[in-house]
Amino acid sequence: MTPLHARDIETRLAIIGSGLAGCAAALFAAERGIACAVTGQTGAVAYTTGYLDLLGREDGTARGIDDPWAALEGLRATQPRHPLARVPADDVRRSLEHFTRFLTEQGLAYTAPGTRNLAALSPVGTAKRTLCVPRTMVAGAEAMALGQPCVIVDFEGLKGFSGREFVANLGPRWPGLSTRRIAFPGLPPGELHAEVMARALEVPAHREALAVALREAAGTARVVGLPAILGMHRPDAVHQALQALTGLTLFEIPTMPPAVPGIRLRELLEQALPQRGVTMVAQHKVQQLGFDAAGATLTLADAFGPIHVRAQAVLLASGRFLSGGLEARPEGVVEPLLGLPVTQPPCRADWYRERYTDAAGHPVHRAGLEVDDRMRPLGPSGRPFDERLFAAGSILAHHDWIRTRSGAAIAIATAWAAVGSMATLLH
Amino acid sequence: MRDLPMLETEVLIVGGGITGAGVMRDLALRGIHSVLIDKIDLCAGASGGNHGLLHSGARYVSTDLEAAIECRQENELLRRLAPQCVEATGGLFVAVEGDDPGFIERFPALCARAGIACEVLDAAQARALEPHLSPRVIAACRVPDAAVDPFHLALAHVDHARRLNGSIYLAHTELLQFEMAEGEIRAARCVEHRTGATRLIRARQVVNAGGAWAMRIARLAGCADVDLVYAKGTLLVHHDRMARHVVNRLRPPGDGDILVPGGSVSLLGTTSTRVDDPDRVAPTADEVDRIVREGAAMLPALAGARYTRAFSRVRPLLQSTGTSDRAASRGFALLDHASQGLGNFCTITGGKLTTFRRMAEQAADLVARRLGRAQPGTTSTQPLPDDVAGRWTDARGAARQAWSQDRADDPILCECELVPRSAIDEIVATCQAPATCQAPATGPGQPEPSVIAMQTNDMRQPEGRVDLEAIALRSRVGKGSCQGAFCGIRVASHLYDRGHYVDAAGLLDLRRFLDERFKGQRPVIWGRQAAQLELAEAVHCGLLGLDGLEADDDPATPAQAAPAAEAGGARGS
Repeated sequence: MTPLHARDIETRLAIIGSGLAGCAAALFAAERGIACAVTGQTGAVAYTTGYLDLLGREDGTARGIDDPWAALEGLRATQPRHPLARVPADDVRRSLEHFTRFLTEQGLAYTAPGTRNLAALSPVGTAKRTLCVPRTMVAGAEAMALGQPCVIVDFEGLKGFSGREFVANLGPRWPGLSTRRIAFPGLPPGELHAEVMARALEVPAHREALAVALREAAGTARVVGLPAILGMHRPDAVHQALQALTGLTLFEIPTMPPAVPGIRLRELLEQALPQRGVTMVAQHKVQQLGFDAAGATLTLADAFGPIHVRAQAVLLASGRFLSGGLEARPEGVVEPLLGLPVTQPPCRADWYRERYTDAAGHPVHRAGLEVDDRMRPLGPSGRPFDERLFAAGSILAHHDWIRTRSGAAIAIATAWAAVGSMATLLH
Repeated sequence: MRDLPMLETEVLIVGGGITGAGVMRDLALRGIHSVLIDKIDLCAGASGGNHGLLHSGARYVSTDLEAAIECRQENELLRRLAPQCVEATGGLFVAVEGDDPGFIERFPALCARAGIACEVLDAAQARALEPHLSPRVIAACRVPDAAVDPFHLALAHVDHARRLNGSIYLAHTELLQFEMAEGEIRAARCVEHRTGATRLIRARQVVNAGGAWAMRIARLAGCADVDLVYAKGTLLVHHDRMARHVVNRLRPPGDGDILVPGGSVSLLGTTSTRVDDPDRVAPTADEVDRIVREGAAMLPALAGARYTRAFSRVRPLLQSTGTSDRAASRGFALLDHASQGLGNFCTITGGKLTTFRRMAEQAADLVARRLGRAQPGTTSTQPLPDDVAGRWTDARGAARQAWSQDRADDPILCECELVPRSAIDEIVATCQAPATCQAPATGPGQPEPSVIAMQTNDMRQPEGRVDLEAIALRSRVGKGSCQGAFCGIRVASHLYDRGHYVDAAGLLDLRRFLDERFKGQRPVIWGRQAAQLELAEAVHCGLLGLDGLEADDDPATPAQAAPAAEAGGARGS
């Protein structure tokens, strides 16, 4: 079959990976006027919670961090090889500001990065610390801090989110918290999916019907929390409309991923980046990457045959095991595309601790690529693999983004740093 | 520490493996009341940690003729009497290039000597039956091996005993000590681990069905005549069925040479290593690699297959001298402890899953004789009722019910294994149900009036608390590809919805459940399992915070948080 469109793409920067790191890098490159293409399989953005973490927990303990900027300084002293320690604090802040401002402009407003961590609520009624939250989720933590009467609404047929569970766990520190289960108006009875509910609420008639039910469920409370279902695109508009209809303060609680907050982010990025001039070569695995005197060539393939992307520089932001940037093979962890050296525990028996939820975290998560200060991954010789190759995001070594609640900042800040280095190269 | 009400029964059975469950039902069929206790729950030891292979006996024809014949007989009985627990897969013994031609040649005659049907196939015929077999297979025999679900079997036995005469099963109940007088055990003091409460159980006879722990239990009664050695066996779970038949290596028993398809998965193993402590066994990376390597000699696709779990259990083997553990008798022994001066204590030990019924029968014969109850056992003729107790352990059953019911108001909580919400409710109800006591029929074999009176005073299953482990034991929850990562959260939410959890203890239980599932996952995390686990951890720890539930980590009160200067202080990199 003959291809219907051009199969060879020329660009200046090719980004491998369409997760938070890859998309943030595309945004930052576009802002600097660098033409770029995002390639690689769909990233793990849909699995994110919507919270943007900087540093939420001390490394190796279960203790929360209130001042992430002080913690960042501490990291620089104690873990100089940590990816965040390679990025000046001002740049970390700037990268997060740029990213959240971009999201806000697109109708998914975020709080700007502040000086302290915020409290963020989980679907089971635990609280975590994070730096930036979607505006639709802000009121929950505020109401908790003030101990305001609040009703958590959950829905018949929406499994995996239980108002009773939320209240059972948060009730002791939030007197005045209660829960009501209601039917979601306008959808047939039976199993509900948050994504379907979110899209339904973009229709005014559904909002009006839900508003009636929410007012009734609220009773005398002025604050109502509900699972994250307030629209898929432009949730701010849905949130404001529903608040106006009900006269209540409403907040969302993220549900079990993959869930609405992550899908919102993914759909927004897929839609908004091309408007900034970014070429999206979506959903195909990069099979080959080669460098020659003139630049780099990425080879992808779809049902119609091969696609080639030619670029002057390449950013490897392909994530870890879930996204395929690293592969855990029985004989060791490998970077499958270029075979870059991977720093890792000496043998498989050391990958995981005995206890799954051990606060110390599992050593295999600290495995990854070594980079120099310009975010260039090192080859077998210990020198940069190629001066036109950069790396960013969770694929880097020497961090445990899960235990330290730092995934978003590692993605966004290292993308900022890598794009900065690259801009120097390209100009 | 508080005391739970005393229980009185005719027979106390210690150990909720398949043998203990078998003794319980056998006694109930004779009208004898019993209390079965287990320090964890049903099939927590070797009964739940094996291939689920219903031996034809062919495995033992070269090493133990008696065991082979016993297997053949019990295999035939169980297929007939408990078909709901058996999958008649058939079995193949296959030899690959390099295997001993002499053994291959002798094998059919060895089977014949044990009365085991054995059909000789050529390599092409074998590969036609099982396309995944290696091109290096040179010979094969077909025998009547089958797959059996030990959990379903144990649950159905306990349920039947409960319904027959109100016999009682107590999970999480560990024997602390015996109270003895005049050469008899009078009572057993136990602790209920979920509450820490103690309980006295008075019994006229005590059966030690403690499996690998039988030696310790016997010592609590002052008996030094139980002499076991422990052979650790490790198995892998492949997340799919790779074969229709049980596939054995056609050679004397060795490592990694049996694959058993059962339900929606296949089990591959085992290894055999002598260990000192039955409580401290875990699969090692070496064992896992060895099992995969040996299995791949028969079925090459096993080399790249996805494994969801590995587990190790301890086989109790009767002490014998001068033989290897592989050659040691897989037969069983019933010790009456008369030589130890005890008249109401016996130990049933050794043996294997396939022969559990016979083991239970011999123990029950002794107990009944000692109680002066003459009637013989009937487990060789009485079919096992096809009850509801074990139906959610069966992958086929769960899928069937999901499709046939498909009710909009009954969402599937476990999406890997199709377990609906109603199944969870049903299991919870079963766990919490008071032990039903049918009106005692008059006639010989009924408990004495005093025993009945004591029973009816304490008919409720003590505590009746529900936890995720108990639900997982009784269903396919947590057994699919997600290994509980998502269904665990959904089921926990549902338990909150139903009011079974009312506070943070529910999340602690969820964490305990996930930690427990992880023990089995840990040895086989690579490839897609590593990807799966990364996502699971991001949810469980990154979002839900299960890695720090006890920490004083309340963002609402930042004053209590540690000074920022300490941040990043303690770390091991």
